[in-house]
Amino acid sequence: MSQPETAKLAPGLKPHLKEPSENLSLALKATLKRDLVLMLRRRGEVLNPLVFFALVITLFPIGISPDPNLLATIAPGLLWVAALLAALLSLDSLFRSDYDDGSLEQLLLAPQPLPALALAKVAVHWLLTGLPLALMAPVLGIMLALPGGSYLVLAISLALGSAILSLIGAIGAALTVGLARGGVLLSLLVLPLYIPVLIFGAGAVQAAIAGDPVTAHLAILGALLAVALMLAPWAIAASLRISING
Amino acid sequence: MSLCLQARQLACERDERWLFKVLDVDIRSGEVVRIEGPNGSGKTTLLKILSGQLTDYHGELIWNGEAMRQVREHFLANLLYLGHSPGVKTGLSALENLAWYQALDGQKDNQAASWKALENVGLAGFEDVPAGQLSAGQQRRIALARLTLTPRILWVLDEPFTAIDRHGVATLEAQLVAHANNGGCVIVTTHHELSSSPALRRIQLG
Repeated sequence: MSQPETAKLAPGLKPHLKEPSENLSLALKATLKRDLVLMLRRRGEVLNPLVFFALVITLFPIGISPDPNLLATIAPGLLWVAALLAALLSLDSLFRSDYDDGSLEQLLLAPQPLPALALAKVAVHWLLTGLPLALMAPVLGIMLALPGGSYLVLAISLALGSAILSLIGAIGAALTVGLARGGVLLSLLVLPLYIPVLIFGAGAVQAAIAGDPVTAHLAILGALLAVALMLAPWAIAASLRISING
Repeated sequence: MSLCLQARQLACERDERWLFKVLDVDIRSGEVVRIEGPNGSGKTTLLKILSGQLTDYHGELIWNGEAMRQVREHFLANLLYLGHSPGVKTGLSALENLAWYQALDGQKDNQAASWKALENVGLAGFEDVPAGQLSAGQQRRIALARLTLTPRILWVLDEPFTAIDRHGVATLEAQLVAHANNGGCVIVTTHHELSSSPALRRIQLG
């Protein structure tokens, strides 16, 4: 489709009505790539939750007591609560910049199904927040004298759990994206929904420490993730439409 | 081949104030429709309704003879909307920005086409510069590059002339008329005076 020099004025091709020929995988790949590149260029934002996580875990032994027995008792819950709050911290920016620069409107007007595109954005959030938190947790576990044998379970439970947190959190982020200061509201909205994840996540680590089987806990986390994967994308899409309407 | 976007008995209320009531709009191929009205008269709201973004309105939208709700996908595949905010990521270069829009349009990443489109809007030499380092007008030009890069028949443009220099305004104006003459259709709001053309039609609000 070579265009003549006058193409500045007249588009070379005659515009015509097109049948929707959405290429979903192409759009998903492009959205994943775009968000990954954007996040990696703003490293501060990616590092922020990780630094928060490390700081909280570092300060606890100093603030409470260096006694390994005491620390080992509170370690599973502490690691999970700190990771959960770190993930929550990063949620507000999930759709914020897209909303501000108009990309969100364009995302909503894309011929591709919005739930799928929203899921791509959540996947990037998990890859750059939840997964690093899960990988970091065992290292921080050493500082809390976490008993051996529970490190792998900690990482797995956090990897599964943080994916649920990202999915649920994205619903809240989508609902509050139109508000100037939606951060507090966002926390209030999603925290109650985080509690089951916290219970079963921390429970898995505690079971591992006690020597009990952990498969039940992890299976429930997996089931929660499956449900969240099925329902959350549609809820996120609906919430984004509500926010844009406002 | 031709398109037809109709609105019947359109009415929209904002903060207990009617922006417009009983508005009938017929928009067809070959037209440049300019929505006019003072600030706050609902021009942007009308554009958002016509582009299928808002749902809290009364009345009915008809796309090529069928209710918009039922043919939304078909409508979106033919719509190019440029809003107040240009939809350009400041952290990405012009080329990276356009690559995303190409993918949403279903095109394979085609840098040659993006280069050509950027050259057409006068951004030759700025292809790899992060958009955040460009001026407001240049950022808007990145968005305007989509007009040639991802050809759609219906253009809905909200204040496309904002921050564009005089020469760019003339070029863009000619581009709008050329699009209409080619069988396309443009709905536009602007405070800039468009030179009269047989394709131009006005809708007055407020």
